[in-house]
Amino acid sequence: MTGSIGTLLLGRLLAAIATLWFVATMVFIITNLLPGDVAQELLGQSATPEAVAGLRKSLGLDVPPFERYLTWLGGLVRGDAGRSLVNGMPVGDLIGSRLGNSLLLAGITALVAVPLALALGIAAAVKRGSIYDRAIGMGTVLAVSVPEFLVASAAVLVFAVHLRWLPALSQLGRIETFWDGFRVFALPVMTLTFVIMAQMARMTRAALVDVLSSSYIEMAKLKGASAARIVVWHALPNAIGPIANAIAFSLSFLLGGVIIVETIFNYPGIAKLMVDGVATRDIPLVQACAMLFCGAYLLLVTAADVAAILANPRLRHR
Amino acid sequence: MAPLIEIRDLRVEARGDDGQPVEIVKGVSFTVERGEVMGLIGESGSGKTTIALALMGYARFGCRISGGTVRIGDTEVTGLSEAALRKLRGRRVAYIAQSAAASFNPSRTIMQQVIEAARIHGTLDEAAAREKAIGLFRAMAIPKAETIGERYPHQVSGGQLQRLMAAMALITDPEVVIFDEPTTALDVTTQIEVLKAFKSAIRDRNTTGIYVTHDLAVIAQIADSITVLRHGFVQETAKTGMLLASPAQEYTRNLLAAAEPARRERPALVETAAPLLKVTGLTVGYGGLDAEGMPLVPVVREVDLAIRQGEALGVIGESGCGKSTLARAISGLAPPARGTVELGGKVLGPGLAQRSREELREIQLVFQSADTALNPRVSIGEIIGRPLTFFFGLKGAERDRRVRELLDLTHLPASVLNRQPGDLSGGQKQRVNLARALAAKPRLLLCDEVTSALDTLVAAAILDLLAELRKELGLTTMFISHDLKTIRAICDQVLVLYAGRVVETLPASAISARGHHPYAKLLFSSVPALHQGWLDGLAAPAMPASATEAQGREGCTFFHRCELRMEGTCDRIVPPPRQTPEGLTVACHHPLEG
Repeated sequence: MTGSIGTLLLGRLLAAIATLWFVATMVFIITNLLPGDVAQELLGQSATPEAVAGLRKSLGLDVPPFERYLTWLGGLVRGDAGRSLVNGMPVGDLIGSRLGNSLLLAGITALVAVPLALALGIAAAVKRGSIYDRAIGMGTVLAVSVPEFLVASAAVLVFAVHLRWLPALSQLGRIETFWDGFRVFALPVMTLTFVIMAQMARMTRAALVDVLSSSYIEMAKLKGASAARIVVWHALPNAIGPIANAIAFSLSFLLGGVIIVETIFNYPGIAKLMVDGVATRDIPLVQACAMLFCGAYLLLVTAADVAAILANPRLRHR
Repeated sequence: MAPLIEIRDLRVEARGDDGQPVEIVKGVSFTVERGEVMGLIGESGSGKTTIALALMGYARFGCRISGGTVRIGDTEVTGLSEAALRKLRGRRVAYIAQSAAASFNPSRTIMQQVIEAARIHGTLDEAAAREKAIGLFRAMAIPKAETIGERYPHQVSGGQLQRLMAAMALITDPEVVIFDEPTTALDVTTQIEVLKAFKSAIRDRNTTGIYVTHDLAVIAQIADSITVLRHGFVQETAKTGMLLASPAQEYTRNLLAAAEPARRERPALVETAAPLLKVTGLTVGYGGLDAEGMPLVPVVREVDLAIRQGEALGVIGESGCGKSTLARAISGLAPPARGTVELGGKVLGPGLAQRSREELREIQLVFQSADTALNPRVSIGEIIGRPLTFFFGLKGAERDRRVRELLDLTHLPASVLNRQPGDLSGGQKQRVNLARALAAKPRLLLCDEVTSALDTLVAAAILDLLAELRKELGLTTMFISHDLKTIRAICDQVLVLYAGRVVETLPASAISARGHHPYAKLLFSSVPALHQGWLDGLAAPAMPASATEAQGREGCTFFHRCELRMEGTCDRIVPPPRQTPEGLTVACHHPLEG
């Protein structure tokens, strides 16, 4: 019994590792195809060819690509992402200093967005066909369609410039009280919530509408179960799979896809680090960031898969 | 004393495709005395389920109760608030749905769901409710009554789930129980056990029941009175005996006639030496092959059969016995692992790819569900015309003429030519399905449950059509069905399949007499007869059925359910087919009785 579900979970894990390896290879190939050269970039346009060649040699860029790939992959497996080509610092340290900030922003956004999205989605599903349902449907389409830079700029314009309630930039250094924290995070969290909530709410609604139209829900109604009991006890356990997937998908965006939001609010997160890395052709940094985003994405999606498997008694008790 | 249930001028509206309300129940009135069972019978769309649900003040999504009154005891159900309705549902009126498999929540254990109503309404505490549930399981003759509640719905068979649902309904001792086609999805052998359990539960508790079904023979066993419904109107209401003996309405008479289909006229067979279709040692399965080249999951095992020119062979058996797979293997859709298919003395290739276009043309398969077999975006003219072009290269006016001939042959009006399947009724779609197969001028027509999804009267018309086609075209057919009455109506020979093996072959005229193989006997005796008291007159089966154990590769597939089984023989050796003097072929170790 437990053997079969163990196999299933192990299979998911192996698939995730295989995907990660595939992604690593892709990241390596693509970053090496990027135009520009770090040595040229560092030394400027007036550098002599000899100086550039010397720097390339000292940075290890003259080694054949396949060899570099193996060294890099070996380093990744040991947890060593190499050194930055620009300032010589270990990439791990560079990322470490920013990762906490990104996780903090992602965490706070998740805490706000997930319950809100679930509540909206559940309410829309329960009141299917009502004005409220249609309002949520329209609202979420609107939210998905508006680009995040517009949302962020509009939020800054309204709350920072006109109303002067909140700071336009998120400076993490000055947090002492809860109120400080609220002021720093309010705008970026609001913007990100706006961006990721729509998808989750829509998927929750779709999954739940599907379940709510099944025969066993009708049966529960005909047993005299209350609306709350039907949703919480009967419907939600059967909708966990698709909802968990939607949440994982949306949350993975919070680590990698927030470049614009971090840039607008000058928030010192990972995404901004990666953009800087691309600008300076700091290949090891870009590669490490890309791997980090992919890893986080895989982790979330695999977690959602596992949750869906564990929530399904047909898979749990075979 | 006033009747317990009184429905007066009930009207239910549904929102139509154009958003306008359409009345689907149009002023229905009837009463039910306490302790009696009222049968609601009608075809799909007659409003029978809608009426039954209205007794609980419930209308499905998009529907609403628009007029009339429903009274249960002193309660006007139609006037209750949503909160008051919740107190009524599951407490005073309980519901048993058609598909137990769909009506149990897959994420909760059976016990949690069975006692839910008692917990919601607070009639019993947790421990007492569990105890009562186990008592009900026993009363319903559910095996492993003490532990079955801890399982999840997917771990329990359909027939058991149906009885578990009855226990779920009875947990609060409701005054009224609504049975909504509770045995329609079950095999006949299982249906009997479930019907018996229902009947004793109703009798022991003096429960008032509403029994919804389309099957007159089933309702005759359970109901005291019957209301016949059509298009949302009551046709007639009468005591069951009265209704069966002397129906007042033409429509009821038609229903009665269709419930016991008469044997259709059949053409005399030309005796020829070689059969048209000869199947030898056919084994078909899924999964990979084992060391002996046998499929890991065999569905059809070592089947031999022969059909003579112009003959109709019926194939019968319960769901999962391999009927459809057999037809798919003969048509080339499911290549067999072993065995051969010969048509007109010529061995056919195992799969579609190994057969010539001419060989493909000669065998045509008609699928059960015309809804899924016909492309919804293609016009009827094109559906029938395509095989004409494919097999005969017909085009233009010539093709049109042939399409019209085929429409005429299947009694379809020429006006359907440019319409799409979605615009046609179920019966018309099935005719198109047949016309499409006939377009290829097949030598052998394989009909897979072609009447099973249709209403009784529509199905009867399709049977008439098939009988007529046989007479006019001299068609050779293999007719697959789970319904013995249908098979008996149009077939010459009948083949009984159990777990992929042929257990008996007999002339259709011999069905009504008892079969020889123990399974055939059980199957034939399980088909409800259209008279009251048939169920009560049945002897209890000597051994309880255990449907899922018939998996062994050795021995008789029916071993685990057989009341005549002989340990040491039947579980070791596959019984070889034996001829009886009456022309039957029986695969059983037991000495055959006359």
